[in-house]
Order: sequence, then structure tokens, then C-alpha cells
Amino acid sequence: MSPASAVVASTLTPEGVAPPAIELRSIDKSFGPVHANCDVSLSIAKGSITGIIGENGAGKSTLMSILYGLYTADGGEIRIGGELAHIRNPHDAITAGIGMVHQHFMLVDTFTVLENVALGVEQGAILKRGFAAARRELERLAHEYGLRVDPDAIVGELPVGDQQRVEILKALYRGATVLILDEPTAVLTPQETDQLFCILEALKTRGTTVILITHKLREIMAVTDAVYVMRHGRIVARRRTAETGREELAELMVGRKVRLNLQKTTFTPGAPALVVEGVGLRDSRGVKVLEDINFTVRAGEIVGIAGVSGNGQSELLEVLAGIRPLKAGRIIVGGREITPGSPADPAAMRTLGVGHVPEDRHRYGMVGAFNACETSILGYHNETPFRKRCLHDHAIMADHCASLMERYDVRPRQPYLKSANFSGGNQQKLILARELARQPKILLVGQPTRGVDIGAIEFINRQLIAIRDAGCAILLVSVELDEVMSLADRILVMYGGRIVGEVPGDTADERTLGLMMTNSWPGVARPDATAMS
Amino acid sequence: MLAGAFVAASVAAVTASAWLALGAAILIAVALALLHGVACITYRGNQVVSGVAINILVSGLTIVFGMAWFQRGGQTPPLPPDARFMPIEWPGASALHGVPLVGPVYADLISGHNMLVYLALLAVPLTYWVVNDTRFGLRLRAVGESPLAVDTAGISVAWLRYRAVLICGVLTGIAGAYLSIAQNAAFSRDMTAGQGYIALAAMIFGKWRPLPALGACLMFGLLDAIAIRLQGVRLGGFGEVPVQFIQVLPYVLTVALLAGFIGKATAPRAIGVPYEKEH
Repeated sequence: MSPASAVVASTLTPEGVAPPAIELRSIDKSFGPVHANCDVSLSIAKGSITGIIGENGAGKSTLMSILYGLYTADGGEIRIGGELAHIRNPHDAITAGIGMVHQHFMLVDTFTVLENVALGVEQGAILKRGFAAARRELERLAHEYGLRVDPDAIVGELPVGDQQRVEILKALYRGATVLILDEPTAVLTPQETDQLFCILEALKTRGTTVILITHKLREIMAVTDAVYVMRHGRIVARRRTAETGREELAELMVGRKVRLNLQKTTFTPGAPALVVEGVGLRDSRGVKVLEDINFTVRAGEIVGIAGVSGNGQSELLEVLAGIRPLKAGRIIVGGREITPGSPADPAAMRTLGVGHVPEDRHRYGMVGAFNACETSILGYHNETPFRKRCLHDHAIMADHCASLMERYDVRPRQPYLKSANFSGGNQQKLILARELARQPKILLVGQPTRGVDIGAIEFINRQLIAIRDAGCAILLVSVELDEVMSLADRILVMYGGRIVGEVPGDTADERTLGLMMTNSWPGVARPDATAMS
Repeated sequence: MLAGAFVAASVAAVTASAWLALGAAILIAVALALLHGVACITYRGNQVVSGVAINILVSGLTIVFGMAWFQRGGQTPPLPPDARFMPIEWPGASALHGVPLVGPVYADLISGHNMLVYLALLAVPLTYWVVNDTRFGLRLRAVGESPLAVDTAGISVAWLRYRAVLICGVLTGIAGAYLSIAQNAAFSRDMTAGQGYIALAAMIFGKWRPLPALGACLMFGLLDAIAIRLQGVRLGGFGEVPVQFIQVLPYVLTVALLAGFIGKATAPRAIGVPYEKEH
């Protein structure tokens, strides 16, 4: 391990006279060949909200996992309140007053709120007394911070925002004075996000130190006092939030200028390419997942579907891609009418000119154990020129893959590297490349930039706009409102399996969409009439 | 269970002490459980593979050792009553035997079983209490649902799971000893006859809850009893029903019932899944 060689000077500046709540010095961590944290030093003032931003894979989560004892650092030291701390496991971290709200909640779904909060700090071998104490404490916390959750509710049945509150309660109940939140807003609606920020402010005024890990600049600007920027496992900058702006932070994050506003040519829609009429779907329990869905996507148009995840968007995409059989209504695409009586499977959909970039690329988009050139022809593997009689022509496949990699900037450019070994952004670029290579007339795209770093996001978005301009009809499903708003020419909002609203892309604002997504917009009484244009 | 049965019968045959035999059965079962634990918890192996391997191993080893030690084709020598757990007659059972209704119930149903049977019955409320009302139970349930939540709560997942496996070893040891030195008076090859799997089936039937699991066990017991009673019985038109046909009934019903009921039973989510911390 190299000694402190390139410590960014600003990270060593003390935050006043009192010792910082948390101080990390020269933290190092490698996973095999990947150097996840490299000589990371930072100092976080007591009672502040500090943001740590960086692209996916910049090392933010690893750093916080080290602080919370989930990983052990290869080198460096942790100081809490000025004192050297040895944190070998989460138990040590909890004892030191550190609490963490993970991106994926660490809750037992079948337990009640009370059981989840008490787990690990039961106060005695018999539960009864400890539970009574926990109930009183929850009552107090609810009162003090506005963190109200029914202690007897089953956690798995609570909305996501409430589950997150349970996580915060868990940390506070364990006496946390430092609270780490890892991408806390990824699963929240805008309204829930605002509520979370209120809670964070309340925590701050009562002296709790908050560390917020995110890659959303809006959140950094909204709540933090100071912000650290990470890139490639290193801290590259520290700023006071008041003295910086989104543009500067974005630049620091990616290391070059990023245009936050995509430049889009004016939209000139052509003939309808995809017509969906009265599509409905029930799941295995008979619950309606999709109900009376009607819309049209025209050539040269991007239609975005916004919604909190789990409101039928995924199912809609799967129906349109042919993965789920159509049960009600009809779809007109590529001059063919698809009805429950004459269904089309994914292969048939492809021949009709439908390309699909699935939401869950690991499950539907690729095979991790296959190498890149195999992934680059999946779904088209039986077509010429990849098939030579009954065998694959590997030379052609590799050439094809190499040219896709070149055109779509997939790195590293190694057709024989295992797909799983590419980063999320490069996997996504490869899948997008594969679908676009066939020049589809209609492209279905689910969460195109999920788990993708900012540089790749920009590239992918540009590609989508380019093929729109070339006359492709695009249906875009994303839970990232920013993305839908900046890409889509028209936005449909889904809630509870129905389309509850439609907004033109250029006049859409987050508040309106957020209200529609939570079904609290006054105008959503007409669920589908506006969807046909 | 099989190892427990064999070791219990062997120790009982040599020492003539039922208690020593029970202790030895528990020890061997705990040792095998630890082996399973090392394979599945520490080395994150597949539980089914490890379980099947241990089963096959024990099935063979008990016979090999049995032949080597006792020269009876894999059986252990028949045990005298004082080397076994014998039925306990409750006070007044024989006096009440003649009384209609109360008599048979008291004398045959409540009284007249060996100690291990009462122990098994006591295990049901005990399990219920441990699982629902103690700290260990709460953590045990949590580790079956979401080990990550347990880990981040600062509790060792491996140690919890080891304790669960050890308890399993103790219980299966007792079960094995019951077969060879309480219910029967010797070990015979493969005497468990898949009853360990039936126990698994009972657990799934009972939806991982102690009281319904007891019900499931009683139902399997009833099927067994019917099978025994039906042997040699002539059914009109068929003649005597072959013994094998009757004996297969509990297993067939198990399959049928499991196929029909399993859809409603939801297993703890992380059951059988090794816990891996870093990815």
C-alpha cells in the first residue's frame, strides 16, 4: 500500500475546534484487482448533513460499508469523535453510535415494525420486557422526529417510504448519533423524498450527524451542508454546498462537462407505429396488474412512461415485448394485429420490428456467463450472418461485436470478455447496440440508465434521441423522472395498472408528475381518455 | 437419526444403560450436524447435497460397523428391558383400566408410553415458546428470513445458524435413540425408513409452525397405524391386501398431500440459502 501520496488538501481541513464526528484517514480497499477505495480521507462535522456523491462504482458505498463494519479496510484509520476506532463488524459500528440505512432495506419482511426495531437489541433473553421498552421508545421517537409508523404493522406490507422510516428508527433506537443513508431516495416518490428531507432536517437540529450517499445532485443541493465528490475510488473535491452548484458538482463527478439538458431537435411525429388498445392483464392471484391501457406511439416520437415502480410499467413492457401473453385488448404493430387469439412471442415481435432493451438486463437482457460477442447476438442468434448452416460463425460474431463496441463505445473492447465482467453502463450499451443494430421500427426501453454511470447515461440518451430523429418509435419506461422528462416528447403516467395522466414532455414538471404518480392529482379522474392522441 | 439409532443400540448393548445410550446418540448426531454445519454454513455448500451425502454415508457406515462389531448382518443384539426406555405406567392406570371411557383413555392414551414420547410432546410447547417469546427465537426467525438484516443488526449469522444446527443434532439424536432403544429393542439396517424426510414433510405441512407441525406428525402417525391395522385384512372382492401395498400408503399420501398443500405453505425466504457477505 502506498503511503498518503495524493491526499486532497481540503479534506484535511478541520471543521472548527470540536473534533469531527467522523474522520477517515487514508482508507484503502481492494476487491481482487479492483481498487474500490484509494487513499480516502474525509472529515465530517458533528450535527451536519454531508453528502458524498460520485458515479456508480466510484466507491461511495464501499467506503460507507467500511465505516459500518461490513467490510474491513485494507489500510487507513477511522476516528470517531476524535478517537481512533476499530470497527470490525456492524456490532462495533452500532456500539460506536453509527447507524446505516442501506439502499436495499435490511428488514425482515415478515416481522412487525417492533420486532425489526428490537432485533439485535432485545434487552434480555425473554422478549416481553424489551418489547415494552421498545414500544415506549418508538413512541418517543415518533413524537420527537415525526417518524410515525404503526409498531404492530407487518413491515412487508408497508409502503416503501414507511419501510425506510423503520430503518431510520432502527438506527436511532440503537442510539445512533451518526446516520448513513445510502441512496435513500432511489425508491421514493418526490413527495416521500420531501418528507425524508424534513426528517433529516429534524435529525440535524437535534444534533445527529447525517451522511447522505447519492448520485442525485438535486438532493445534495437541497439538504446538505457540505459535499465530498468521489471518482474512481478517490475523493476529488470537498465543497460547501452553499458555495457550489449542480454544474460544478456534475463536472467534478465525471471529470468533464456534462450537458444536463439534452439538446433535442423539435419533434416531428410520423405515422402510428405501435397502437395499444384496451390491454389488460391479471396476475396469478387474479389481481388486475394492467387495466384498459390505450396509447399510440408514432414514428419519430419518444413516449415516456413515468410511475413509481410496481404500478404495472414492467408488466406492460413485458406484454409489448411478447414475454407475457396478451390476455385482453389488442396491439397493432408492424402491420399485424396481435390479440389474445393470435398472440406473438418475443421472436415474433422481433420480426415485426420491435427491439427491446429490458428493464432487468441481468435476467432478460444478457447471460452473464456468456462472452460479449454471444451477448451481442442474443435473440438474433439464428439469423444470418451469425448462423452458418447449424453452427455459429464465431469470426463473424466477433467482428460484429467489435464493430458494435466501436460504434457504441463499449469498454473494454474485448468481444471475448465475459458479459458479467463489464460494468453496468457498458453492459447496457452493448445491449442497446444489439437491439439498434437491427434497425427496429419500434424500440421498447426499460430503465435504460439504471445502474449506469453518468458518462454512459449521456451516451445512451443521445443514442435514443438519434434513433428517434431517424424515425424510430420509442416507448421509454423509467422511474427516473429526470430521464423521462428530458427524453420524452409525451409522458404517460401509470398508477395502479392504469394510465392516469398524460403530459407533453416539454411542459412537464416534477411536481405535477409526482402528484399523478401517487394518484393525488385532481385531474386524474379521467384515467385513459387523454392517452389516445 | 439413523446414526443416533445405531449408536444408541450399540451403547445400550454394551453398557446396558439407556441413559448412556441416549447421551451417545445425541453426541453422534450433534457431531454429524456439525459436519453438515461446517459444509453448509462455513463453506456455503448446498444443504441438499450435504444432507444426502451424510445420509448415504451413515446408511452405509451403520451397517459396516454393525457387522464388524456384532456379526449379526448389520443388526445390533436384542436389548433387555433395563437397557431401554420402557413404558411408564402412570399411577392408577391399571386400577382405572376397567372403567369405561375414562379407563382406556387414561391407561392406554395418557399412561403407558416411554419417557421419550412425553419428551417429544413437551418439545412442542417448548419450541413454541422459544421461537416466539425469546431473543434467540426472534433472531432465529430473522436469520431464516433475511440474514442480511441480522448481520447489519450486529449479530453473527454463522453462530446463530450453528446453534440451530446443533439443536437439530440433539433432537435427531433423541429421535434415533427412540427408534432403537425405546420403540424397538435393537437397531436394524435403515430402520428410520425415511422418517427423517417425513419429519421434513410434517414441518412443511405445519407451515413451519410448531402446533400445526404436531398435527401433521399425528396425521402421519395415524396413517402408519392404519397401515399396520390393515395388514392381513380381507377387503371384499380383493381378497387379502398385500402387506407392501398397505405399507406404501403413508408415503403415497405424503406425496399426494404435499403436492396438494405445498402451494399454500410459504417457507422462510432464506431457508437453505448460504449466506455470503461480499456479493
